[in-house]
Amino acid sequence: MISMSFDELLPLIFIGLMGVSLLVYVVSDGYDLGVGMLMHRATPEERDTMVASIGPFWDANETWLVLGVGLLLVAFPKAHGLVLSELYLPTALMLVGLILRGAAFDFRVKAKTNRKAMWDRLFIAGSMLASVCQGWMLGRYISGFGEGWNYPIFAGAIAVALPMAYALLGATWLVMKTDGQLQDKAIEWSKIAWPPMVVGLILISMATPWISETVRDRWFSLPAMIAVASIPITAGIALLTVRLLLGSPAVRGALCWLPFALLVLVFLLSFLGLSYSIYPFVVIDRLTVWQAASSPESLKIILIGVCVTLPVIIAYTGFSYRVFRGKTIELDYA
Amino acid sequence: MDVVFLARIQFAANITFHILFPSISIALGWVLLFFRLKHLRATDPQQKLDWLRAYRLWTKIFALTFALGVVSGVTMSFQFGTNWPGYMERVGNIAGPLLAYEVLTAFFLEAGFLGVMLFGHRRVGEMVHLGATFLVAFGTLMSAFWILALNSWMQTPAGYEIVDGVFHAKNWLEIIFNPSFPYRLVHMTLASALTCAFLLIGISAWQILKGVAIDTASRVLRTGLIFAALAAPAQMVAGDLHGLNTLKHQPQKIAAMEGVWETTRGAPLLLFAIPDDATRSNHFELAVPKLASLILRHDLEGEIKGLNEFPSAHPPAFAVFWCFRIMVGTGILMLLVSWIGLWRHWRDGWDFARMPRPMLKLFAGMTFAGWVATIAGWYVTEIGRQPFIVSGLIRTADVASRVPSSSVALTLAIYVVLYLALLVAYVGVLKYMSEIAEKTKGPITSKDHEDGPHQYQRRGEFA
Repeated sequence: MISMSFDELLPLIFIGLMGVSLLVYVVSDGYDLGVGMLMHRATPEERDTMVASIGPFWDANETWLVLGVGLLLVAFPKAHGLVLSELYLPTALMLVGLILRGAAFDFRVKAKTNRKAMWDRLFIAGSMLASVCQGWMLGRYISGFGEGWNYPIFAGAIAVALPMAYALLGATWLVMKTDGQLQDKAIEWSKIAWPPMVVGLILISMATPWISETVRDRWFSLPAMIAVASIPITAGIALLTVRLLLGSPAVRGALCWLPFALLVLVFLLSFLGLSYSIYPFVVIDRLTVWQAASSPESLKIILIGVCVTLPVIIAYTGFSYRVFRGKTIELDYA
Repeated sequence: MDVVFLARIQFAANITFHILFPSISIALGWVLLFFRLKHLRATDPQQKLDWLRAYRLWTKIFALTFALGVVSGVTMSFQFGTNWPGYMERVGNIAGPLLAYEVLTAFFLEAGFLGVMLFGHRRVGEMVHLGATFLVAFGTLMSAFWILALNSWMQTPAGYEIVDGVFHAKNWLEIIFNPSFPYRLVHMTLASALTCAFLLIGISAWQILKGVAIDTASRVLRTGLIFAALAAPAQMVAGDLHGLNTLKHQPQKIAAMEGVWETTRGAPLLLFAIPDDATRSNHFELAVPKLASLILRHDLEGEIKGLNEFPSAHPPAFAVFWCFRIMVGTGILMLLVSWIGLWRHWRDGWDFARMPRPMLKLFAGMTFAGWVATIAGWYVTEIGRQPFIVSGLIRTADVASRVPSSSVALTLAIYVVLYLALLVAYVGVLKYMSEIAEKTKGPITSKDHEDGPHQYQRRGEFA
């Protein structure tokens, strides 16, 4: 580990980049998809505000998925082939969901007024289909694409839990970005989505050690156990704080941003926990990062591009969030 | 059915659907910048408002077009891997960095500034807003640059070495600026200019026919006609040069385009023929003697290599032959319509009210002419590269998916239904938006000349 050459380090840098891209995707498009799914509980006026709250961002958010999958394809072609062959159908259905959602985004306000309800339904259905498929894919991936009766049940549970997590993220996003009646509704939605998300997270945390001995040894051997226990403990405290905040009046005022921020922290911690479990595999117990990686020279070329462009991308993404900061008001073309 | 065939049909369906939208948005971004600048520079209040209205309508069209380009593009980024897993395993070291640079320098740029461009006008200054519009337009062009570099490399590979069957990069400048790249980049950029120009022409002619927003539509129609009248002849020259480049590097593609089976000196130009891939001959030929040799070799007795010189390594003749004729035929039609239209408009004293209605109907009928030519052109170059995925080096069949054909067939059916539905919806909404363009606008107020009559916007009108 210490005497690793730069060429051996490259696959690790890239798995890190890919992981971070997918994490940013899950958090950012997660709130988009969550807001999309929650629309079925909203009135037509509320729907306009909800879509307005994500309108300027969704496109850039989806680009992180392209980057994440692109890095998997480019840096780990063998893993890409294995993972996407295993997940061929859910991937296609997820894409159908994302196409429906993205198209409905624009059509709902441009089509004839009497078609708007139809596009809203497609928006909701697309968001839901994409979320459920992503949950199923996550479930299959972290259980190493195992065969047997228990694996589909596990993947099915995650396929329910991840949309709930997105719904919670979307609801807390709305708590932050809206006020008045819609904010009150968003607080109620958050309370409903909280328990299934917590159960899902516990399920995932227990499943990986149960499936892989490598993971079990890593988490439950002393003294490492004491150090890494901080991850689930912090996540647990963050989730409880979210629940307490949702019950307090402060969430309607100055602290409206805190539940969303804490949930982002929970996603980050889950990502760290998952990374700790899986390392150094790309596919648990089947393919390590070094077995799957492309040649060092092409990884270096991409790394130069990443080092130059990523700070710029972060800067202008920050700029866009600054321009559209604060409570959502109606959007219009000017 | 054969999984390779299904994978090809599925990929073809997706890239065909996808290219419809970039072929508009690559040029439309710059047109929007032009409309905005015209609005800012105009001193006459009516003129200022007309350009603002043009900007508003076409920004909405841009937003819709861009969104469909994004969602079909995301699908494509997955299909590279799901349909052609062996492709990345063999040439990933070259294709990977090109795709990665497209995402890093183009996708994020477009997506990052699109929100500010579409909805940010009330929140940022005019210069920042113009800057955002410029960066979105620049991003679409950058995207074309990288993806065409990769496509051209697959047509005319250069700057690589092969070690144990895997491609490695030797010279990145040679890889990016491979022999067919400059031609393809110019050809595609002009194709987008023409596609966008005819969209401007068609929709504003339709508005004038319907009596909607006539002042604005007249300005847009005139812009479109001038734009098309300049781009069409430029495209003829670029296309000819691209053809000569193809003759040099992919003679089998030219042979299929011209329906030449046996190597011929003084080859005729076939105006009509039914190339038969089974009998390896043409039926019902209608030919102009020696013209193909003259065009391609600039010599009446010039030699054109026939398909028979490339046993089991040449593309199917029928599809390439006919797609080429559809592309060229549509291109010539666009040239004639734009020139005659502009001439007529000049004779009418630059007033579309005096233009004959059949002429306006012809314009409206050609709204999507650019799509026909662009898709036919891409079919020529992509089918013309078969049976290879990387010209002469890797066969398409060798890198195809190992997924069961039933899965590919099922997802193909879903995609096709979805794409057709979205296409119908897109065209329908374009028509609807053009017809209601005026109804959503209020009377001229002092605010119009500052930054737009936001108070007249329909509620919830955005992305």
